[in-house]
Amino acid sequence: MELKTGAMSPLSIKINAVFDEPACEKNRSKDAKARQKGCSKPLTPGAAAGGCPFDGAKIVLQPITDVAHLIHAPLACEGNSWDNRGAASSGPTLWRTSFTTDLTELDVVMGQGERKLFRAIREIKEQYAPPAIFVYSTCVTALIGDDIEAVCKRAAEKFGLPVVPVNTPGFVGSKNLGNKLAGEALLDHVIGTVEPDNIGPYDINILGEFNLSGEFWLVKPLLDRLGIRVRACIPGDARYLDIASAHRARAAMLVCSTALINLARKMEERWDIPFFEGSFYGITDTSEALRQIAKLLVNKGGDPELIQRTETLIEKEEAIAWKKLEAYRPRLEGKRVLLNTGGVKSWSVVHALMEIGIEIVGTSVKKSTVEDKERIKQIFKDENHMFESMSARELYDMLSEGNADIMLSGGRTQFIALKAKTPWLDINQERHHPYAGYDGMVELVRQIDLAIHNPIWRQVREPAPWEYQPALEEELPGTQSGPETLHDFERASLQQPAVSASVEVSR
Amino acid sequence: MTRILPQTKSVAVNPLKSSQPLGAALAFLGVNDAVPLFHGSQGCTSFALVLLVRHFKEAVPLQTTAMDEVATILGGMDHLEEAILNLKSRTNPELIGVCTTALVETRGEDFARGLANIKMMRAKELAGTEIVLANTPDFEGAIEEGWAKAVTAMIQRITLRGEQVRQGKRIAILPGWNLTVADIEHVRETVESFGLKAVILPDLSGSLDGTVPDDRWVPTTYGGTAVKDIQELGTAVQCIAIGEHMRRPAEVLERLTGVPYALFQSLTGLKDTDRFVSLLSAISGTPAPAKIRRRRAQLQDALLDGHFHFGGKKIAIAAEPDQLYQLATFFTGMGAEIAAAVTTTGTSNILEKVPAKQVQVGDLGDLEGLAGGADLLVTHSHGRQAAERLGIPLMRVGFPIFDRLGSQHKLTVLYQGTRDLIFDVANIFQANQYAPTPQSLDPFRNRKMPDDSRPPTFSRH
Repeated sequence: MELKTGAMSPLSIKINAVFDEPACEKNRSKDAKARQKGCSKPLTPGAAAGGCPFDGAKIVLQPITDVAHLIHAPLACEGNSWDNRGAASSGPTLWRTSFTTDLTELDVVMGQGERKLFRAIREIKEQYAPPAIFVYSTCVTALIGDDIEAVCKRAAEKFGLPVVPVNTPGFVGSKNLGNKLAGEALLDHVIGTVEPDNIGPYDINILGEFNLSGEFWLVKPLLDRLGIRVRACIPGDARYLDIASAHRARAAMLVCSTALINLARKMEERWDIPFFEGSFYGITDTSEALRQIAKLLVNKGGDPELIQRTETLIEKEEAIAWKKLEAYRPRLEGKRVLLNTGGVKSWSVVHALMEIGIEIVGTSVKKSTVEDKERIKQIFKDENHMFESMSARELYDMLSEGNADIMLSGGRTQFIALKAKTPWLDINQERHHPYAGYDGMVELVRQIDLAIHNPIWRQVREPAPWEYQPALEEELPGTQSGPETLHDFERASLQQPAVSASVEVSR
Repeated sequence: MTRILPQTKSVAVNPLKSSQPLGAALAFLGVNDAVPLFHGSQGCTSFALVLLVRHFKEAVPLQTTAMDEVATILGGMDHLEEAILNLKSRTNPELIGVCTTALVETRGEDFARGLANIKMMRAKELAGTEIVLANTPDFEGAIEEGWAKAVTAMIQRITLRGEQVRQGKRIAILPGWNLTVADIEHVRETVESFGLKAVILPDLSGSLDGTVPDDRWVPTTYGGTAVKDIQELGTAVQCIAIGEHMRRPAEVLERLTGVPYALFQSLTGLKDTDRFVSLLSAISGTPAPAKIRRRRAQLQDALLDGHFHFGGKKIAIAAEPDQLYQLATFFTGMGAEIAAAVTTTGTSNILEKVPAKQVQVGDLGDLEGLAGGADLLVTHSHGRQAAERLGIPLMRVGFPIFDRLGSQHKLTVLYQGTRDLIFDVANIFQANQYAPTPQSLDPFRNRKMPDDSRPPTFSRH
């Protein structure tokens, strides 16, 4: 089969541009040669983990709820991955409907990809009438040289709706690259295409917030209370028109910095929207984010009184949150947490956990920024608690030796913890609980408490009676043994504090 | 005869299929001390891995050759070799199951020859590890085809050829992918109750049944068919294949070793189970044990108690061909009617036996369009959106089932599995009963002379 590399050169230019990100601290510290190499590490065949650029692009764009997302690919790209993430929508559900051209061998061999794509766009337009269609290219459709940009352009003219090409074949790099290319697609084709008629002095954009488990709804009311309007949250619970008119916001907050930093920087350059990097995880970070938003808006001409109102709100909300957290201290003081994630990586979560007496026995810094690492170092007073990454076997050994009371991580390492019979809490994208904002931090601590103190742990750790050694027979006068009996080694490792009534009341 | 309607849309809406390499990987996961390896970009592996983990709730070993842009253009054999060597040195498995993907198949290389070269050049490093290749591009087939290709490839590659000394008590069982962990365990116990020994390939009941290994982390599968048992498949007196898609591997085994096979297109339902039990009885020369007769009596009673709930019910099923046949015959055998049948491919011979007027090759979008007015949707977890929109209860079957626990421990075959299925379905119907209202029963609510005397049938709208 002929390989049309020519069709990929605009993409290569784009990829190089994305890698050379001036707003990225890491990138700035590199010399010219290292910078040219880009920031994706070469993958090791047979020892690689993680998604592809298409995966990354879909993660960023799919939470846009009223758009039809059409994947131009053979089955696997979409068929194995649709409806698998926990972003929440307050209205439209079209984003959860899966559309793919599901290319067959015949389509590939006969070169019918572009025609099928065009017809697919028409079918979606006729049956679902979405405000826009996003079309994703993948490995095979790039390899056979399908020009999705041309097809999208023609379809947009013919059918009279925006058809946005997202050019992200899987073989060009990593998931993170796909995140960035998704941002580029929004810049090239969406943002700034619609002029809103309701511009206001307190309009902001939130970039890189995915509204997982609806957690942005724990934050948005705080902004509402301050009179700050979210013009566009990209992508969590977004509508196409919000994003198309996002260029009229006064300021922006960048939440997941590694994913969309190019988007934030270019929006600042093009439309003069200043941004800061912040997080809604943890109490102090949430407060800091609110402060920064207020400050940027005031700098852009907002009433300076906003700053005082923000401080008043922060003071009140922090007091309530700390009070709620304090109730968990008797149950969680001295518990050892292992943080193994690139997701909730904020030092602020660490800070809040430590504040109530939880000990952090280690934290992964694989996806943390230089600044994050500095903060973590300050908090721990040394570097011993930081690790870049740990192999499955090391992690398993560490946990089964009982060196942590709970692991907080993403689904990938879930079963390492569970097979090591160690409590585990999901803090990545598949999680079922919202952890953002003040209430989210309280929820996180509550979930840690529930996980650690679940009564199953003593049951699964206890060996079967027939596996227990002779000492047991002496100790066990048949008639007295109850089902709750714990053996000595279990007593030592599993001290259960009495359930505190105050905790129950405080909820 | 059942009409098979090909797909005519250009856009697949809510896919029914999982990919062919995923099916192949699943089969390799049924072998002890194995690692499946996708030859493609790392995203192919990542998606399949996440989906398998969501379904089984287990750590799943699955690796990738991590094809990048350069390899895609220049050829991927170096990546394949490096991946195999890395897997060997890091995990030292007994079996590496290579599954190709659409990316590398579109580019097109002679993988069999490439792999043979790698094995020859690296014979020393790779000693003690079988490497099996399944050609499974994503642009054709689905789980069924991928699973069958992997099993066929394992038999072709690993099983000792030629007539072997037969062991009178040994039978080989080739289960289709749609048998659950519980099904495989139950089949094994049933075979053993006749004093026979079953070698099952693949055997997910050993590797993905949720047991916890003792005090160590295992980077490969733990449990499943032993490679040695695959080598010795030719010593069985009889092979039993379950599902039409297992005909090909059974034929290959027969051709290579002379072991005759019997094919069961389904093991669900009284009649098929009777056939199965009779066969075991004939092979072993012993009558069915008392406990099996008792199970049969229990199933008879379940048929009696359950049939009230099935009669006249309209069922909409979307499943891969063999599972569609298995379930459709079960439902019609209970007095229900198949109102809509959707499947993944038009090529399987079993489709013309499906007891429905027509079978649509398509997706869950097609199912949703056809299922209006049905009493029950039967498909995997992705059917949940359609069920919600249509207001019809969903019975989850097949793969993936990610929003319910314990799908692998549900029994669906032989007397006991059929009994359980009857209860499961009858309970769904009972939980979703509509209370009668004066309006719903008003004789004048829809009074007109029927067009003809036949009972109303279901039609596409």
